[in-house]
Formats: sequence, C-alpha cells, structure tokens
Amino acid sequence: METEGKGSRYQGRIHLLQKELMGQYYRELTQAAEEGGPPAAYMLISGNPVELVRAFGMLPVYPEVNALQLAVKKESLPYILLAEQMGYSVDNCAYVKADIGLFFNGLRAPFATLPRPSLILCNYVGCNVYLNWFEHLAEYTGATIFPLDIPFIRDPSQGPREEDVAYVVGQLEELIRVCERLTGRPLDGERLKEVVHLSQRTGQLWAEIKHLTKNRPCPLDAYFDAVTLMGPLYCLRGTEEGLVFFEEAYREVEERVRNGLGPIPEERFRIVVEGPPPWPYLRTFRDLFARWGAVAVASTYSTVGGMWEFGFAHDPEKPLESIAMHMLYWNLTNRSLLLRYQQIRRYIEEWEADALVIHSVKSCRLFSAGQGDMREYFTKELGVPTLLLESDLEDPRYFSEAQMRNRIDAFFEALEHKKIRERPVGAMVEHGGPTLMEGEVR
Amino acid sequence: MRTGVGTAEEIVARCREVVEDPSFQVVREWKARDPEARVVGCYPVYSPVELIHAAGMLPVGIFGGGNQIEIAHADARFQSFVCSIVKSTLELGLTGRLDFLDGILFHSICDPARNLASVFQRNFPWLHVDYIHFPQNLASPLAEIYLAQEYRRILRGLEELAGQPVGEAALVQAISTMNRWRSLVRALYDLRARQPHLLPAADLYPVVRAGTLLPVHEHIQLLEAFLESVARRETKPKDRIRVLVEGAFCEQPPIDLIACLEEAGCYILDDDFLLGWRWFLADVPLDGDPVQALAKAYIHLSTYSPTKHDLRRRKSDHLLEKVRALGADAVVVLIPKFCEPALFDYPLYRRALDEAKVPHLFVEYEEKMWIFDRVRTEVETFVESLLFE
Repeated sequence: METEGKGSRYQGRIHLLQKELMGQYYRELTQAAEEGGPPAAYMLISGNPVELVRAFGMLPVYPEVNALQLAVKKESLPYILLAEQMGYSVDNCAYVKADIGLFFNGLRAPFATLPRPSLILCNYVGCNVYLNWFEHLAEYTGATIFPLDIPFIRDPSQGPREEDVAYVVGQLEELIRVCERLTGRPLDGERLKEVVHLSQRTGQLWAEIKHLTKNRPCPLDAYFDAVTLMGPLYCLRGTEEGLVFFEEAYREVEERVRNGLGPIPEERFRIVVEGPPPWPYLRTFRDLFARWGAVAVASTYSTVGGMWEFGFAHDPEKPLESIAMHMLYWNLTNRSLLLRYQQIRRYIEEWEADALVIHSVKSCRLFSAGQGDMREYFTKELGVPTLLLESDLEDPRYFSEAQMRNRIDAFFEALEHKKIRERPVGAMVEHGGPTLMEGEVR
Repeated sequence: MRTGVGTAEEIVARCREVVEDPSFQVVREWKARDPEARVVGCYPVYSPVELIHAAGMLPVGIFGGGNQIEIAHADARFQSFVCSIVKSTLELGLTGRLDFLDGILFHSICDPARNLASVFQRNFPWLHVDYIHFPQNLASPLAEIYLAQEYRRILRGLEELAGQPVGEAALVQAISTMNRWRSLVRALYDLRARQPHLLPAADLYPVVRAGTLLPVHEHIQLLEAFLESVARRETKPKDRIRVLVEGAFCEQPPIDLIACLEEAGCYILDDDFLLGWRWFLADVPLDGDPVQALAKAYIHLSTYSPTKHDLRRRKSDHLLEKVRALGADAVVVLIPKFCEPALFDYPLYRRALDEAKVPHLFVEYEEKMWIFDRVRTEVETFVESLLFE
C-alpha cells in the first residue's frame, strides 16, 4: 500500500476489497433477478431500516446506488434521455430519471440485472423527491409500497421529540407486519438483534475511521475515498461481510496514520466538502483538487446514510428505537440546513480545515437549495474561505471541466496567497501553483 | 379596503390591486389599527390557518413577489435552478417588504421550501419561523395521531407569539368561520364549473386571493356580494374549449397569464390556484376536539395534491375523475419552472390522460413572466386542433 507517486488517488486494499464486495452484491442481485431469490426490497440510502429488511432475509436494492453506478461508468445519459422522452423534465432529479430509464430498459444495467421489487419501502427521510420516485416505481411495478414517514427535525436546537420516536416505532411495527406477509414468516427477534449488533459495530468502525482523518497528513480523502467505503456501508450494513470489510478498512487507515501516509504526496490544503460528487466526472473532479495538494478531511455527503462520527450507534437491546433514531436524527438528510451549517462548522474547527468547498448539484435540491446562503454564512460570519461550484451528480451534461478548473485554480491561488501572507516573517516560501498531472499541459 | 358594495367588476378591480401590491398595504393598515395585532405568514401549500385565527392573529398568504418585484439579492442565496417563488419570497424578506410579519409557517412540500425555512430562520432571527411536517403515510392510523400532535406543537408556538392561551371555543369558532369562507369559495368554483362564461378565472382568482390577505369576516362579505353579482351577469357563452388547469398550486401564475389562457380560447372549469387555502372538499366537522378534527380533515377530507403523497389512490385517477365530472374537453398542465412536485406528476398524468384519450397541453410558466405571446400561440394552436378536428 503506497501513496501513488503521480499523486492523483490513493489505492489501497480497501479499494480492491470494496470492488470485490460490490461485485458480489451485484452478482447476488443479478442471480435473484434471473434465477429467483429472496424477495427484493427497494429502499433509499438516507437513514434506512435495512436491519429489518436483513432480519427478514430480504435483499436490499438501492435505486440511488444503481443510478450512481451508471453515472460513474459514464452510462447514465441514455437512461436519463429515455425518462425524458416519457415526460420527465430536464429539471427533475437525474437519479430518478436514470433509475426510471433503467426500469424501462428491463432493469438491465451494464453492471447487473436487477430483481423486480417485492416491497417498495419508501423511507422518507427529508428528501421529498424520494416520495415521488417511489410512488412512480410503485405505479410502474405494481409492487407493495410502504411509505415510512419520518418527521423532519424541525427545531435545530433539539433532537427528535418523544412522540416522533413513538410514531416511527409504531410505523416500523406496521412495516414488520407487511414484511411478515411478504416473506410468509414471522420476525425472528433474535436475528434482528444480531443484525443490529453487526450494524452497531460497523457504524463504530466507520466513526473511528472518520476521526482518524483529523490526523496530519489526513490518511485518506474523506470525500473521494469515503465514497468508496459508503458502498459497503449501505449495501452490506448488517452483514458479516460488511463488518469484516470495516475491520479491514480501519486497520488499513490506522496503519496509514502510523506511517504518516496521505492520499497525495504532500498535503497543502485541508478542505471540507459539502454536497454529492459529480459521479460522471469523479476522477476529473478529484484531480482538480489533487493538483493543488487539497485533501478533504471531512464531507457532509458521507453522512447521508448516517452520522456515526458524532456518537450514534445502533443498539441491539433497543433495535426498533435505535433504527428510529437513526432515521430521525442521525443522518444528514433529515436535518435542517441550519443543522448542516453546525455540522460543517464542527468539521472546520475540529478537523482543522482551511476552506469549505461546496459542490452544488442541480439534481439534489435537498442538498443545494440555499447553498448561496451557506456560503454567505461561512465567508461573512465565520471568515472561512468558501468555494461554490455547480454541476450535477448524475447528468453529464452539466459538467464543464474548463470552467471548474478555472474556478478551482483561482480559489486555491488566492488561498495560497493568504497562507503566505499569514506566514511569520522570515519563514521559507514553498513552491506555489498546482502540481502537474501525468500528461497534463498547463 | 371597503367591502360589501360594488359590482362584480369593481370587486375584481379592487381585489386585483390588493393582490398585486408587493408592499402588502392592506395588511399593514390592518396591523396599524392595533398595537397588539399580530400577523402570521403562510407559505404555500396548505397551512392550518384556523390555529392562527384562534390565537387572534391574522393569517396572510405569502406567495412570493409575482411579476411585481425584481430579484436583486435572493439569487445570491438560491441558485438559478431553484423555482422563482422561493427566491422572490426571500427577496421580499431581504428588502423589508415582510417586516409586518410576526411569524411565518413553512411546510413539508418540497426540498427548496424546507431549506427556505432555514434561510428565513437565519436571516430574520426576530421572526417566529415554524415548519409543519405533514404525514406522508396516510393509510396508517398513526398519521392522524401524529398530525394532531404536530398541530398542538404549532399551536403552542402561536400561543407564545400571541401572548395568550387558545381555548377550545376559539378553535371551534375559527373552524366554523373558515368553513363558511371555504363554502363560499366552493360555491364560486361550482358556479364557474357550470357557467364558466359568467366567471372567468382571471376574475375569480384575484377575488379568492384577496382572501389570503384580508381579515376573514371582511372577505366573507365580499365573497357573498361577488357571488350574488356574478350570478346576475348576462354574458353569452363563446365557442371555446372547456379545460381543467392543473399544476399551479404553489407558485402562482400572473393574472395576465390566466387571462391569456382564456382569451386564447379556453373556459377554465377548474384549477388548482391557491389550492392550500381551498384544501377541504367539505366542511371540517365542528364536533369533538377541534385540533383532532383539523388533523382528521387533512387525512380524510382534503383534496389530492402533488405535495400530499397519498398512496391510497393514484393522483391520476383523481385527475381523470375530475375531468369526467366536469365534462372537460382537455387538461392544461400549467407548471411553474423548476417545480419538482408538479414536474414529477406530469409523466404520470400524461400516461393516464393518453390512455383515457383526454387531450392535454403542457405549459411552463414563471410567476415573473409578463410577456405571454409564446404561451398564447401554443394555447391557440391547441384550441384550434380541438375545435376543428
């Protein structure tokens, strides 16, 4: 395991292991689609009750992960266009459009064939588009839909109210009855405890990894490498393989800290990144930061599915209550924008970041609507250098590399000057400017 | 504003003046009469205004700035791909035009509206900003219990703002008053559905919308007078197609755009303008606990809506049923630019309308539009294709 000489990306054992596990996950889905298998439950990533789904032996399928796989493989556009032909707007979330396109392509993606859903489990956690998305899937597939309603965290000064927790637990009990009907067997309480226990340990390891990124140099990029870990965190949480992966990941990251290794040769800027990545141009986007020696030490996107680093853990003794708390409070999407400001502020202070980078994506207005106000808050009220970039998470038509590069370069040039100005008199001046990537002409 | 007198035309003209005034002069005048008076804004779509009335305060519809203001500040806070009403509402706030508000309610209608609630909290810290999370699992018996609790929480905030507790009698009275208001609006809509030539939407809309700004008793008198006057009109029907307008439930179309649809050859039999204020299909029952009654009515007596994800019945079935009940020739899907809830319903509507062989036209608009030539041509072409097919 070495930091790559040419500086663009860290590749360790966990990346290989992740590929293997995700491949296995998709093989399992394909097998279920082609030869039959356990009933499939479609779910959203944000705070979800996968523990219950696993306890029933059902297969979790995540349309968001499928959509982003299409984008990463630069395959999303034809699916998006198929949905647009059906009347979906250019202004609708492209995750949804790619997924709808995928459905009307017979659920066949280049990387897998997906099973039809037996249960459409709409865990409505903040994102209103989720409701539309799963309502459409239910209409197209005719599958049973269960809309799990999670009250939003309305008051930024306090957590969920007791009655909200009781409301969610009550709905989880209704969901259990639906799953019992679909699978033809009663809930095995002991099995649920085991699954929740696996999630608890997985979440704890993930949280510890996130605290390791406080080190200098930061051992892995908490945005670009964190997304690698998010695959198993979501698709395999509550399984033995998922836990083993995180044990391995923790060992590797901890070892990198001991050896003083970072994802790039020299860490020059520590950044916090807000917003989902531009999946169709992930590498290009990463390199635009790597050439400046900028490393993400924390990111909000990596807390969409859960926010373990601030103290949450599933509790096998209170499985339903802890699943409810996960869905209500311990994930990014069910929290207000002001709570997100607090979260980012904490990252900047405790993870000692130099700047905030906001990647504003058109598709996801849950993330992006109001990010101009966020920039205002961080620059004007807190004096944190903030860069606002715009593209999309799924639709390749919104990414302009030249424009991105100009804005990123201008930002880090200014940040570098600021560092030089703030350096004590007489200190050595380091080399400035971006590092050239292999084959790159400035 | 003096009410209770005047012909239908005079009422329409006065109401139009009131609703197109971005300085909210009528509300300011109402507030100036009493130093204790409090005003609570209601962002779309549905807000339980009875709770505000019961606390002795004035609920006021906040629908952005329409085509009456320039956006100079809010576009630095919300991106180009966010709908206009979110930005123009913030612009109203940032330019001091909402300084008569003591509180404002936002609702779980869409992602930008939710984030707008946060932006309001941060930028206007003196304002009582609350956010209602409506239940989305309406088939569950838990939804009603939850919503009643949510209303009680909202009510506690309003009581604090008003500086007085709210008793059950005041709540019942508020429901009864709003029942009367809504029944008058329903009567106008019914009259229009039967005799659309007597009541153009461009007349009906400003009159109803004035009710989101005026004290309710004053507006009830106005509606009574208007209903009486309109029924006496002797306008002759023209050769137009009879349409249902769907999709404009949040950001409101300019009045001239509504007029443009009609002049291009449509009778609008029904629409979803100001939908949240009209919300209930029947009176909210007055017996039993009033907060519970409001919660129950939301779940069992309210209209279908793109922001209410009621899986008990498909929205497209509701739409088709309405088309049949009204005997409409076609549906005009009138959607504000970037409105995700409406845009998401469109492919499902399109599918259902095509299957049922109901002609339909998709028209995109923005509240800040003031040139309608393109829309007029589109609608005229559509109308001609139906009239002369």
